[in-house]
Amino acid sequence: MEYLTQFEKVAVLGAAGKMGSGILLLTAMEMTDQWLRDKNLQMELFAVDLSYDVLRGVVKYLKSQITKAAEKKTVWLRSVYEDREDLIENGEIIRQYVDDVLNRVTYTTHLSDIYNASLIFEAIKEDPKVKTEVLGMISKNSTQKPWFFTNTSSIPISFLDREARLQGKIIGFHFYNPPAVQKLVELIQGEQTESGLVEFARTFAKQLRKVVVSSNDKAGFIGNGHFMRDALFGLEQAQDLTDELTPSQAIWAVNRVTQDFLLRPMGIFQLIDYVGIDVVQYILEVMAPYFPDEQLMHEWLNRMLESGIRGGQFADGSQREGFLKYQKGRPVGVYDWETQTYLSVDDLATAVDPFLGSLPEPLNWKTVNFSSNKKEQLDRFFKQLATMDSKGALLAKAYGLQSKKIGIHLVDGGVAKQIEDVNRVLETGFYHAYGPVNEYFND
Amino acid sequence: MNHLRKKVYVIAGYNTISLGTGRKEFHPKKPRPGLEHYIREAGQATLKIIGGGQKVDECVMGNFMAGRYNKQANLPGFFPMIDPELRYKPATRVEGACGSGGLAMTSAIRSILAETAEVVLTLGVEVQNTMKAVYGADVLAGAGWFQDRKKGHVHFFPGQFSDRAGAYYEKFGREKTRQAMARWYRQAIENARLCPTAQEYHNTTPNLEEVAMTEPNPRSFVAHLNVYDCSKVSDAASALAVVSEEGLKRTGLDPSQAVEIISWAQVEEDLTQPPPDPTELSTIKEAVKQALDRAGLTIDQIGTVETHDCFSIAAIMAVEAMGLAGRGEGPDFILAGHTSREGKIPFNTTGGLIGWGHPVGATGVHQAVTIWEQLTGNAGNAQISLTPERPYGMTVNMGGDDKTVVAIIYKRN
Repeated sequence: MEYLTQFEKVAVLGAAGKMGSGILLLTAMEMTDQWLRDKNLQMELFAVDLSYDVLRGVVKYLKSQITKAAEKKTVWLRSVYEDREDLIENGEIIRQYVDDVLNRVTYTTHLSDIYNASLIFEAIKEDPKVKTEVLGMISKNSTQKPWFFTNTSSIPISFLDREARLQGKIIGFHFYNPPAVQKLVELIQGEQTESGLVEFARTFAKQLRKVVVSSNDKAGFIGNGHFMRDALFGLEQAQDLTDELTPSQAIWAVNRVTQDFLLRPMGIFQLIDYVGIDVVQYILEVMAPYFPDEQLMHEWLNRMLESGIRGGQFADGSQREGFLKYQKGRPVGVYDWETQTYLSVDDLATAVDPFLGSLPEPLNWKTVNFSSNKKEQLDRFFKQLATMDSKGALLAKAYGLQSKKIGIHLVDGGVAKQIEDVNRVLETGFYHAYGPVNEYFND
Repeated sequence: MNHLRKKVYVIAGYNTISLGTGRKEFHPKKPRPGLEHYIREAGQATLKIIGGGQKVDECVMGNFMAGRYNKQANLPGFFPMIDPELRYKPATRVEGACGSGGLAMTSAIRSILAETAEVVLTLGVEVQNTMKAVYGADVLAGAGWFQDRKKGHVHFFPGQFSDRAGAYYEKFGREKTRQAMARWYRQAIENARLCPTAQEYHNTTPNLEEVAMTEPNPRSFVAHLNVYDCSKVSDAASALAVVSEEGLKRTGLDPSQAVEIISWAQVEEDLTQPPPDPTELSTIKEAVKQALDRAGLTIDQIGTVETHDCFSIAAIMAVEAMGLAGRGEGPDFILAGHTSREGKIPFNTTGGLIGWGHPVGATGVHQAVTIWEQLTGNAGNAQISLTPERPYGMTVNMGGDDKTVVAIIYKRN
């Protein structure tokens, strides 16, 4: 029962954001499911964000996602709504469940509405100053001494705990994007994090059927610890290629190498755009002071942001322009600084494809990742790649090796507890078909 | 009662493809042809063979739930769309759930016998892929008694037949029954691979029996069946012409292209009552008995059967209900290979409901088309050879949980 009492009054901060709305969705469904098992439970859920306008947008998202989830658990829903004689068909039961979940949520723009909350999920801007201020203000005014779940992907939990004076009532619970789909949660304890909170967080993750990987409390944790360094290497690799190619061609070449030659779900530039160039920049800035020996920055990121291009998603979830331009989610152009326009990928390919050479065999991430003999396919592909000396193969081998070194560096540097955790984060949080620390790439 | 006061024939059979998961053309998120497309394709194909709409006296259509799947009623009005020559001719839509196609057949036969028509264009159609399966289950549940819906399963009909399977396992043993169900699945898919219109035509799974032995999971589906035990959701239409001797002459077709209907039985059971014995399909038993008696045949004389295997357990029970095996011995009969295409009595030679597809209201007509193909040598790669001593085929079409049943026996002409 200890678990359930924490849900008496729950709040999600930044509920209209892309992470916040997903966290709101999962929490609302978990609370409703518990309530359906025991209707005596008193539970409230507040969605907090800066304006009602953005919050209204969340309702549509919630509705479609709850419906999808309900369609998958109708067997269970029929049993919990058994006593409702008015609900007969699956369609009626699904609609009722959607209503019950939606009705659980109260929308507000006032922080004061949640001063008596027992549990608070924080998914606001990835900015240490903003996070500290908001968390500190709630804690100071709170009547309940709530537990805080922060979704930070980079800021050390102990830092937030100390700066916001939370006295160990905070834990890092880092969902991956989008939270409703991605199975991974990175769990990070600060130095002072209460043991009861850790236990609760694990139970909650289990209820949500998430895969939990514990990361040590070092800036960037495992996920961004790997991704940021991986991205920087991609930027460097592209920049080095500008001796031979135009910058747009170089970007497209590295994007192809990282996707097609490494059998990843997307190329590194597409992934930077997906996360948001501005977000990548924020995270690097957060991480930089903690790793004074590393150069965690790249001038090309600044250059894009100065041009007013920042990637990320539009309100409807579609991909905004970044290094690449997209149509129906697929890259169709690459930004050109000189003309300040996007050059067509098809045109770039006429120079880039011959430059890179062909793949070891016509295989792609989708085929491999969902194949029943994934391991054999990967072994064959990378064994072949190892023997090749085309430009594409050489770039891919250098990239794969660097990716592996980053993984090992995370363990050696005390970020990850073990290699398996690094691989699991990349496989479940980034959908890679294989972990970065593997036998495919060697010095 | 003079059961057949004159000769009745079936000619000019045609099936559209059965579209749904498994077909390469099928994509759940892309637009698909609607009801009209299937009606037009099947209807026009049959008319082309018999020489156009002017040869037709009357039309009948079997369909289960266009009112919900397609929000469309008044289906007889689609016949003149097939061919302007059908304008102002009588047309009827009949409904008896999954037995609607069978009712279309008996309705056409009656018109011939009543001498109100010499040529009846007979069509069955269902377009089900307009909604997700979880909502489609609500529509299909209409084939049962709605008063039972509340206590029924999410997937109402799989739930009903899962209960029957559970009772059957308990009474006659689970292991062998599951093996026979898996064998049934393999035969269905292997037969479907021989028929280009079948929904499982593109199926390339290597270990069919192994896959079909997947343990049922009540948390995600039902207690005693897995998805391989079930027919799929399908969009399709089938058409043929039911004709008199006079009608056959009118079409000018060679009589070898016709098969004769030598007997038929239409049997109804109380929708509001549970089955008297869940391990037996008593209505099918009665229908087959009547049809055989009227034909003066025994089941051993039938050369091939199209049975209503909406679920593999229904096939096992049907084998028993037809008298081919004793109670509890259906699994042995199937495991011995007797129902395979080389076996004693080949069943469902183009895949049946599990392999070819189950466009609910079209199935009864599709079964008739398949028997017509086999008896006239029009079955292509799926053709089986029938001995001169046993030139008979039989269709058994079932609506709901053994409620509306039509059995028809055909003879090579």
